[in-house]
Amino acid sequence: MAARRTYTRPMTGWWKRDPFFIRYMAREATAIFVYLYAIVLVAGLSALANGQESFEAWLAMLRSPLGIAFQLVCLAVFAYHTWSWFVIMPKTMPPVVVAGKRVSGGTLTGAGVAAAVLATLVIVALAGLKP
Amino acid sequence: MPDGTAATRTRTIEMQVMRYNPATGNAPYMQSWTIPFTDDMSVLQGLQYIKDNLDGSLTYRWSCRMAICGSCGMMIGGVPHLACETFLRNFLPGPVRVEPLEHFPIERDLVVDATDFFTKFERITPWLVPKDPKPVSEGEYLQTPAQLEEYEQFSHCINCMLCYAACPQYGLNKDFLGPGLTALLHRYNADSRDNAKAERMELVHSEEGVWSCTAVGYCSEVCPKQVDPANAVNRNKTQSAIDWFARFLPGRK
Repeated sequence: MAARRTYTRPMTGWWKRDPFFIRYMAREATAIFVYLYAIVLVAGLSALANGQESFEAWLAMLRSPLGIAFQLVCLAVFAYHTWSWFVIMPKTMPPVVVAGKRVSGGTLTGAGVAAAVLATLVIVALAGLKP
Repeated sequence: MPDGTAATRTRTIEMQVMRYNPATGNAPYMQSWTIPFTDDMSVLQGLQYIKDNLDGSLTYRWSCRMAICGSCGMMIGGVPHLACETFLRNFLPGPVRVEPLEHFPIERDLVVDATDFFTKFERITPWLVPKDPKPVSEGEYLQTPAQLEEYEQFSHCINCMLCYAACPQYGLNKDFLGPGLTALLHRYNADSRDNAKAERMELVHSEEGVWSCTAVGYCSEVCPKQVDPANAVNRNKTQSAIDWFARFLPGRK
């Protein structure tokens, strides 16, 4: 018998093969914006430590058109990040059993998203109390 | 049944099938046939029509025709499916594209080389290792419904390898144990009658183990038996992390 001669297909461009993979890559890419926003927050903390003038300059930077555009992009990206995170969450945990019945993945995702929305509203409300 | 109802009406659809001939070893190519079909015909039946009537050299695996043997997994419309439970009518107006399972070497036409899968299969200790072996005459190892529930879903795996064709991490890194076998490994670990968990966890912790997974999650989407391999893999990441930190507790080996 002749030796086996198999053919192995290349993986080049694999993530464009299926819409599911594109959504996965988008989810992973949101990490870049989480990282950038973390840098902005650390810069703010450092500005605060440097005194009022420095902190005011940081605030002015955030209020500039470019600063607001960046934050709007971050908001959209973070919303997708949150949603995609809770979509995968049921896959990462043992079954949740309530009253003898297993809670569906969709319910867990919904509960997670609802908790995130609630937490956001609470934080925005608290921030709104400050002058 | 009167003529012309959905089930008996004959229409035609184009099937584009990937061909590969190991005798030449040249790259695979697509071949297309337009075949008659009725609404109750599966993609597998479409392939059988081609083999019986148009080209007897077309090669593919199949056996049970009812989604239990796990032989006829292939990429249909770019998505891993069992050909026997996927209907041609869902791909109207066509064409329906049929390719061998992704991430496996092609043996011939739609047949892939599953050696890697079955070599790894042997490594997960895919059987129950009883704590205290006893002869059959002493009766069964009893289990409560709750204990059954712990692993039952993972025992539904039919080794069809659709999840491997859905896992880009397996496609990129063939050392990865992969979704289906991790689910099966978990099936034995989660069984109250088993006592070989420590041994299997060595594999879970290793480079080939669960940490090669990046939670794409497509494996669970394509699974024809709702095994949810992504859940088995990611729950074992938690287990693996706990085991790692537990080393620091006094009295642990």
